[in-house]
Amino acid sequence: MARNQTLTQNLDWIAVLIYILCVMMGWFNIYAAVYSPEVPTSIFDMAHNAGKQLMWIGTTVLLIIAILVIDHKFYDTFAYIIYGFVILLLIAVLFIGADINGSHSWIKIGAFSIQPAEFAKLGTSLALAKYLSDPTVSLTRSWKEYLPIAGFIGAPSLLILLSNETGSMLVFAAFAIMLYREGLPGIIPAVGIIMAVLVVMTLLVSNWFIVAGIVIIAGLIIWFMPKATRRQGGLLATLVVAFIMIGVVVGVDFFINNVLQKHQRSRIMVLVDPDSDPRGAGWNVIQSKIAIGSGRLIGKGFLEGTQTKFDFVPEQSTDFIFCTVGEEHGFIGAAIVVVLFMGLIARLVILAERQRTRFARVYGYCVAGIMFFHFMINIGMTIGLMPVIGIPLPFFSYGGSSLWSFSILLFIFLKIDSQRPYTLSRT
Amino acid sequence: MLENRRFIIIGFFIFVGFAYLSRLFYLQVLDESYTIEASSNSIKRVVEIPFRGQIYDRYGNLIVYNTPVYDLMVTPYKAKVQDTLTFCNLLGIERREFDSLMTAARTYSRVKPSLFLRQLSKEDFARIQDIMVDYPGFEFAKSSLRTYTAPVLANTMGYVSEITKGQIEKQEGEYYRQGDYIGQSGVEKFYEEQLRGKRGIRFVMQNVNGVAKGSWKDGELDTMAIAGQNLYTGIDLMVQQYADSLMKNKVGSVVAIEPKTGQIITMVSAPTYDPNILATRHFSKNYSVLAKNPYKPLFNRPVMASYRPGSTFKLIQALVALQEGVITPNSGFSHAGSPVKCHGHPATSNVAMGVRYSCNPYFYHVFKRLIYNNEITNTFTASAKGVTDWNNHVSKFGIGERLGIDLPSEYKGNLPDQKYYDKIYGESRWKFSNIYSLSIGEGEILITPLKMANVAAIIANRGYYYTPHVVSGIGQKNSPLPEYTVRHETGIDPKHFETIIPGMIGAVEGGTVMGLARIDSIQIAGKTGTSQNKKGKDHSIFIAFAPAYNPKIAIAVFVENAGFGGVAAAPIANLIIERYIKRKTKNKVLENYVLTRDYMPNVVLPGSGPKAEPAKKDTVKKKPPVTAPIATTKKNGADKPGVAVASSGN
Repeated sequence: MARNQTLTQNLDWIAVLIYILCVMMGWFNIYAAVYSPEVPTSIFDMAHNAGKQLMWIGTTVLLIIAILVIDHKFYDTFAYIIYGFVILLLIAVLFIGADINGSHSWIKIGAFSIQPAEFAKLGTSLALAKYLSDPTVSLTRSWKEYLPIAGFIGAPSLLILLSNETGSMLVFAAFAIMLYREGLPGIIPAVGIIMAVLVVMTLLVSNWFIVAGIVIIAGLIIWFMPKATRRQGGLLATLVVAFIMIGVVVGVDFFINNVLQKHQRSRIMVLVDPDSDPRGAGWNVIQSKIAIGSGRLIGKGFLEGTQTKFDFVPEQSTDFIFCTVGEEHGFIGAAIVVVLFMGLIARLVILAERQRTRFARVYGYCVAGIMFFHFMINIGMTIGLMPVIGIPLPFFSYGGSSLWSFSILLFIFLKIDSQRPYTLSRT
Repeated sequence: MLENRRFIIIGFFIFVGFAYLSRLFYLQVLDESYTIEASSNSIKRVVEIPFRGQIYDRYGNLIVYNTPVYDLMVTPYKAKVQDTLTFCNLLGIERREFDSLMTAARTYSRVKPSLFLRQLSKEDFARIQDIMVDYPGFEFAKSSLRTYTAPVLANTMGYVSEITKGQIEKQEGEYYRQGDYIGQSGVEKFYEEQLRGKRGIRFVMQNVNGVAKGSWKDGELDTMAIAGQNLYTGIDLMVQQYADSLMKNKVGSVVAIEPKTGQIITMVSAPTYDPNILATRHFSKNYSVLAKNPYKPLFNRPVMASYRPGSTFKLIQALVALQEGVITPNSGFSHAGSPVKCHGHPATSNVAMGVRYSCNPYFYHVFKRLIYNNEITNTFTASAKGVTDWNNHVSKFGIGERLGIDLPSEYKGNLPDQKYYDKIYGESRWKFSNIYSLSIGEGEILITPLKMANVAAIIANRGYYYTPHVVSGIGQKNSPLPEYTVRHETGIDPKHFETIIPGMIGAVEGGTVMGLARIDSIQIAGKTGTSQNKKGKDHSIFIAFAPAYNPKIAIAVFVENAGFGGVAAAPIANLIIERYIKRKTKNKVLENYVLTRDYMPNVVLPGSGPKAEPAKKDTVKKKPPVTAPIATTKKNGADKPGVAVASSGN
């Protein structure tokens, strides 16, 4: 096959365009978030986050070029090695990690720090894709097939949890989307969602109401159940499910009050009732909502925000960057960002579905799932629909590790996708 | 089939996306509350404290004004003090003080500036401002300090201090906040509302740490602070200082009133203290020193101390008796038949002579006639009726009730009535023989120096008075409070005053007042009194007005434990009268006599609680703690007779 193609041939321009838009908007919003009206600084000022972000963008471009140069088979071939390297980094960080913002998850290299947890998503995605690309592996035959998958996901999750980065660990739940596409029985994500609802209910209302609700619903189901079904084990099944649900409620309550650390508990509690602690754990959520809410339809204008500018919203240029968008550009700006992300994620799913190899498809779904999960948690947190879990908004949040890792994640997939015409289907 | 799951997945993504879009639409477009919260968040009300009103004397000289001072503020997270010892020495504080101030500031906020040291004087500021540059985190804020031109009138003017927690809770309305200053006594307290002015409010944008970031909406909603109203008083600062110097080494009061208006000319509460020491940041230290002083300098004697009026009360007895017609101007009484005795003096053949020589038996008989001035034959019921009638007359002189001066904590004194004696002896179980000591101003009657000065003003006015008041004009309208323009009548015919006034003139010119105390150029009408005092030597009292036939000043002088009225109190009163009317002192011999008298009691004063060890005389003279940055009480110069501080003018 002729190999005289250029670097960008067959690259999906829709995805690339959205990517460029996101990165540029992110950069301008970082500038706005750290801008001080009394001491106006240039967007190129390296003393501020905006200038540094520009440097990260520059290095990211170099990385992207490198990815496009490297042969797409490299990722397939070296998937396990990359995964192993990431795991080593995660172990290393436990011993040589530096403490930044209360988490022990950074490796300092000179003036810069990188966060291996950001790259664990990449390694795990590649490893899962590699494992599932084995034609002998099928997710629909036996639960035993899930054990290696659980291992691939569990190892980095555990290591990340040990370095006190709960937020990054939760992102690994994003692989459920890919697994569902590859044959995970629908009941599992459904149960997961039901459990999530139960957990939120447990936080919202008294346990006794929930238990009473479960008992009443179970009673009604049994009452209206056809006699035949009841005899065939329907009664037992309903009772078992009801007991499990009650167990979950009691267990969650115990877990929240007795197992979680105080700051973790409060982060979850303020999701339910931010006003319960307006100066403490609820502060972030309340201030974030005020900032976004005060933007109204068209926003206060670029560099005109008061809430984000005057430090009411914490972590403005990183986890809470969306507040600046909402405050300065209003509903229109915020909606554009949401639509861009939805477009990118939907495009990724479409691209994944057109792959000829299972490796590429699985990897594509992993990327889409991770992007979606970050989007959902990060924006959900700023508008008070999700607990405050410190994970960045892809391409927007300030920070080299996150920009690098999301860009690498995305462009490896775009590179693989661009080679699609030259790949033989193996599935 | 598994491929179809992509639709479920994309559907889920789109569902979340739309959920977020709706949430954003609700937050940003539908719900307006966040806009309001954003402004309350980032827009701060800054309160501008107005200048407190100044206080002037009757000739326009300043008595109380505001001095700009500098508060030292600290922002803990910026503060770096390498050499704490040098720093403490620079500010004149102790290491322990430094630590506790820093801890307090840190507890308040690490990032907001908080008060470190209050009220550094201009001099201190000039001395340290250059050096303070080396200490980051410390900065100066302008403030103001109540300042007194002369070390007098401490209790009359009162002091201003930071409002207490209890006062904040008890206040009506919500004007005061923590850290505000409020008048705590004297004029400062009574006229607090007029003096304080109106706070201004500015709206500024601020960041999360409360650091100002410019004015909001270009200041269109801001209100200016309105300075407090100035107060104009009837005080004559020159005379006041002179009276203070005369009352040195004496315990007691001087109250001088302008009879025609009721304005207070001079009010001395001795011993006193320099009001400036309570205006400084050393307030609490200085206050506790004053509070522990056995001579109670914080006790505002002119309006709070009560004494038996002694013989000065005979004037009222004579007036009431004349009005009731129980005696005529020419009634004479001998010493015979009186349980109260007298010294040798010419025969008291008429009222004027009785007054002139302050004859005790004379007034015993006068009072007896007053009490039994009714048809009732039963002496018990007759006495009850007699006391009631007598009480009605005397109370019109403002005795037994609060006069209503514009100073807080006025004591009402005591004027016994029928009920009072019924309580002591039982109903109808007492008669004149039980109460005859009232005839000469002893017994159960208690008056304050202010009331006695008012009695002198009533006699000077021949029968009426205006409630004594310190402040004669408020703000630009320059009129007093309305209650001080109401003329009070005593119901005594003016002609009866003309009967006793010659006796008062005689008392000064050749009666109970010592010869030395005469002021040749002014005709003074006066009456001495010697107030019995169970706990120590008699108190010396003198009331007077002058000139007798065109009175410009009425005065009462009380000197505790100084004995006979004509010897201690009268010379002081006469010197003050001369100084007020003539603006100078001619009788240097008398002045020197007064200045060298020392009547400081060696025992703890009545009512001052457990017996402390005999107070040393210099306790009161003692200068305030050295820490007080302003001049101490009395510099040597001010002690000398007639030396008035330059600012008193005229």
